[in-house]
This record gives sequence, structure tokens and C-alpha cells, in this order.
Amino acid sequence: MKGLKIMSYCRITDASVIFYDREVVVYNPKDEDPWLLQIYKAKDIHYPKFHKMDNLCKAGFLGAEMVVNDDSQENKENWAVVTFNRSSSLDDDTSYQKTIENADNYFPAPSVFVYTLPNILSGEIAIRHKIMGESVHYITKEFSAERICEAFNDLASDGKIDTIVGGWAEYFQGHVDVLMLKVSVNEEDKQLLTINNILKLWKI
Amino acid sequence: MEENEWNNMICVAGEGMISPLGFNSADTFRRVEELSADPSKESEGRLYQSHFGIPEPFFASLIDDKKLDNAFSTFSDTKFRYTKLEKAAILSADQAIRKSGINPSGKDVLFILSTTKGNVSLLGDLDGFEPERIHLWRSAELIAGFFGNANEPLTVSNACISGCSALIAGMRQLRQGRYSHIVVVGADMLCKFIISGFQSFKALSNELCRPFDKNRKGLNLGESAATMVLSKSDEAPKGSFVLVKGAMHNDANHISGPSRTAEGLLRCLTEILTETDKEDLAFINAHGTSTLYNDDMESIAIDRALLQNIPVGSLKGYFGHTLGAAGILESIISSYAVKEQVVLRSRGTLELGTARKLNVSVNQGVANGKHSFVKMLSGFGGSNAAILIKMI
Repeated sequence: MKGLKIMSYCRITDASVIFYDREVVVYNPKDEDPWLLQIYKAKDIHYPKFHKMDNLCKAGFLGAEMVVNDDSQENKENWAVVTFNRSSSLDDDTSYQKTIENADNYFPAPSVFVYTLPNILSGEIAIRHKIMGESVHYITKEFSAERICEAFNDLASDGKIDTIVGGWAEYFQGHVDVLMLKVSVNEEDKQLLTINNILKLWKI
Repeated sequence: MEENEWNNMICVAGEGMISPLGFNSADTFRRVEELSADPSKESEGRLYQSHFGIPEPFFASLIDDKKLDNAFSTFSDTKFRYTKLEKAAILSADQAIRKSGINPSGKDVLFILSTTKGNVSLLGDLDGFEPERIHLWRSAELIAGFFGNANEPLTVSNACISGCSALIAGMRQLRQGRYSHIVVVGADMLCKFIISGFQSFKALSNELCRPFDKNRKGLNLGESAATMVLSKSDEAPKGSFVLVKGAMHNDANHISGPSRTAEGLLRCLTEILTETDKEDLAFINAHGTSTLYNDDMESIAIDRALLQNIPVGSLKGYFGHTLGAAGILESIISSYAVKEQVVLRSRGTLELGTARKLNVSVNQGVANGKHSFVKMLSGFGGSNAAILIKMI
């Protein structure tokens, strides 16, 4: 039956990366690299811009990299990126605030300021995968499978967008929590995008 | 179009705003019209020296704190302490809600907040507020809560296009029939954090900004809160404004620079406008930030969409860039202009100079019986938006 189907998903927590129901990367406390860089290396990703990103973008980018799994640089006209989180870009905001706090040590940095907007994440994903549909970032108090489900379904019901990359991407005070999805309108035998199915993946 | 074809349309049931030019939409518009008609008049924007503890001077349009506090304490005797952003947002929402006549505490009402940075000034100094107050969802919760609304509000934080993104999110909620009314509130207030950041980008002009001008040197920032109440238009009276169609597209090009070929914005314009729509356009209310790249990009989009003869203007010379409020505030002011059949002067524009030639409204004009306009926005993250708004 035709519908909006979950094509792939990726869950990133402080402990591991889960992809296709399997732990594909596990946090190694002995590794000197930060956790997000450990994932980048383990997945053998080559994207120099990654190293410029703030932690929120890195986290969401890695999730998107796993679910999209497509290196084609064709424009994806019917794709969109829709992300949600709780803490906006507060992690990078805190870093930027440090650059302007003291009159004696005042050095506002454009490379830090540019990441003080949460939608830079959806922008980075759109650039990486040449996604030309909309890119939007929403904020909710807690993870909301309901809001994600309705935003994705509403977008697909317009008829112009057939694939959406996005979901939840939170990075704040050293903790990462990501559920990235790729959903597509098709007739394949895959799980439908429903609130319950999103919740199952969130709790995996 | 036949009358019944408007049944599924989304209408603006009420609007309100708090701006440096006025503490409601009508007063603000009157002031805009005054400035539009008389180029010799000075606006509320000015150069601030040593303000917010920022070493470099900046040109901005700020809301007077005392005036806002007075307006808020006259309006409400609540003992709860709200931030400047929350006060302005609540006041603008109250105006819009009263005009619409809806019951804001109803289960069928959803609040959507559009903001880029919310209470970010508290990062530098909590000023007695709880740390949670820095979160955008917390401001949204307090604004909705003030009106007794128990639905969990939605917040859109999509850089400069937030206002249009929030209106489009509201349109979708209404089309799906989940709610009867959506209160879309846009607000951002300025502080050291925001201004120093734009300064570090060398994006600010230290004089009145000049949209689409040959000698444009960057943008001015401004503070505002603006609200639209959206409802299904079944019973909308003649003279109401309808949000006909909205679209958003990413350039997939660069996080802080617009596309050289205006890919995203062009797609927005093509998606929302039919040939018939174009004939009824009184004007395009562009983003017109007065940065070199933005205004050039907009000129390319307009030209490629074959709209180069439609009058184009920017409201940044009146309000500055009001960030999360911009899409809503500028749509409201543009609606007033259409109602008055005025094409507002693109204040600050003196000598045209964009990549493609545009019909910029360097003088105030007339709308010649046309009843629609396009609101366009573009911003960081490569995002673009356009909405077609029409008076029925």
C-alpha cells in the first residue's frame, strides 16, 4: 500500500550509534577523540566541512549521513529536511557568549556565531545532499513523536515532497540524543510513519 | 475566482504588533505611511554608542524599555515577571486575539512562536530569571499560558525566514483540521549577543540601510513583536486577507551566503504564483536586508521569475531587520498598504544597483486596484520562503 514509509533510521546516544537495529559504533572512553569524531572515523566519512561544524550540526549530520547513504550530487528537488530539538543551538550559544563576555577579552568570532542558529543543521544536511525542498527547524519542550509525525505527513501530503530527512537532533551540555529518519512516499513493504513507530525507534 | 473557492483558504482573523514605530498595527502603519510619503522625515532608527556594552557603535531600531513596561503594567496586573520579549509578544498577541474574537484558551487553538534567539540575552546575565528561561520553548509556553491555552505550543526557529515558516506551519495545521485557529507570534529583541555577532560578520551598516541601492553597506537590526491569528476563511468578510499559498526551498549551497543563481527563492516564487496571480500583484515585499549578496540574489530570483516589472520594496529602512518577527510584521504592514492601495516607498533606497534590474519603489506609489502581494524572506542556513497574500 502506498504511504509515507520509514526507509531507514539512525539513533545516536552518548553510548552508541544504532543503525538498522544494530549497534554499529560504541563509545570508547579510552579513545582520545571526542565521541562524535569517533563516529565520523568509524563510519569512514570524508567531508572536511564536518570539522568546522558545532556539536549540534555534527550530531545531526552524522545521523543524516547514515540514513541517506547516497553520494549522488544530483539536486534532490523533491526532498526536504525537517529537524526538531529542545535546546536550540544553546550549546554553541554558550561558546559564543564566552567570546563577548569580557571587555578585556572581546573577540566575537563569526565562525562560532554562524552556528548560533539551530536551523544551520538542516541547512548543512541540505547542502551535503543537495536537497532543494524546504529546510525547517522546530523546537518542542520534549521529544515529540506526535509533532514529528504530523510535520512529516503534512509536508508529504502537499504532493511536492516525496522524501524527508530529519527527526530529533539534540546536543547540549555534552550530551547527544539523535533520532534521524529517512521517510519516503512509496509502495514498498516498510513500516508506515506513525507516532507509535517513531516512539519504538526512539526507545530502542 | 468564485467565492466558494475561498472556503479552504486561510484568512488573517486578527493582527497586532509592538514596534518602535507604534504599539499597535494601525499606529505603526500610520507612522510608516508618514515616513513613506515624506523622505525628509527621520525614522526611529538611530546610531547607538556604548549600548549593551558593545564597543563599536551600531544603528538599530529599539523598543523603549520603559514605554513597554508601562504598556504592559497598564494592560495586566500579573505578579509574574516576564522578559521584554515575552511582554512584547503577549501585548501583540492580545491585540490580534481581540480583533479575531477567538477564545484563546480553547482546545482548538494552537500557539506558534517564531523566534531566532528568544531570551538569549539571559546567557550573559540571568537578571534573576531561572536558567530554563533561555529556552525558546519556555517563552512559547509562557506566552500561550498567559492566554490560558493548554496545548503545547510549537516553536519555529528558522533564522531570518522564521516568520514565514511559522505562518506556513500554521496554514498546514488548519488545512489538516487539527485546530480551528492558530496564533502565530513572532518576536526577537536585540542584545550584545546578536549585535556583536552580526558585527563580527561585518554585516551591519552604521547608517540607515539602503535596500537594493548601489552603495548599500549592510543591514540595520530592529526589535519587534507581531502576531497574526489565522483561521479557516469560510466566513471571512470582504476586505479580509487570505494566505493563498506559501513555499520554502533551500539553496543547498552555503550556510551563510545566498545562492548566486537564487535557486531556492526562484523555486519559492515559481511554486506560489500562477500567471493569473501575477496580474493581481500590487507589489513584492522583499527581504531587502541591504547586504550586497542578499539584495543581488533577490534581484536574480525576481528577474528569473519574470516579475521584474512588479514594484519591489523593502521595509528594512523603517524597522530594520526584526529577525523572527520580520515575516509576520512585514506581512501585516504590507496588508495595510494593499488595503489603503498604497505602494510604500522602499525607504533608504536612493540609487538602484542590483545584479538584475528591478522596479524598486523609490517613491511612494499607488496599487492600481491590485489586491495581492508576495512576502519574501531568505536567510542563514540557505533557507528561502515566499507567501502569496490576497485581500478578498
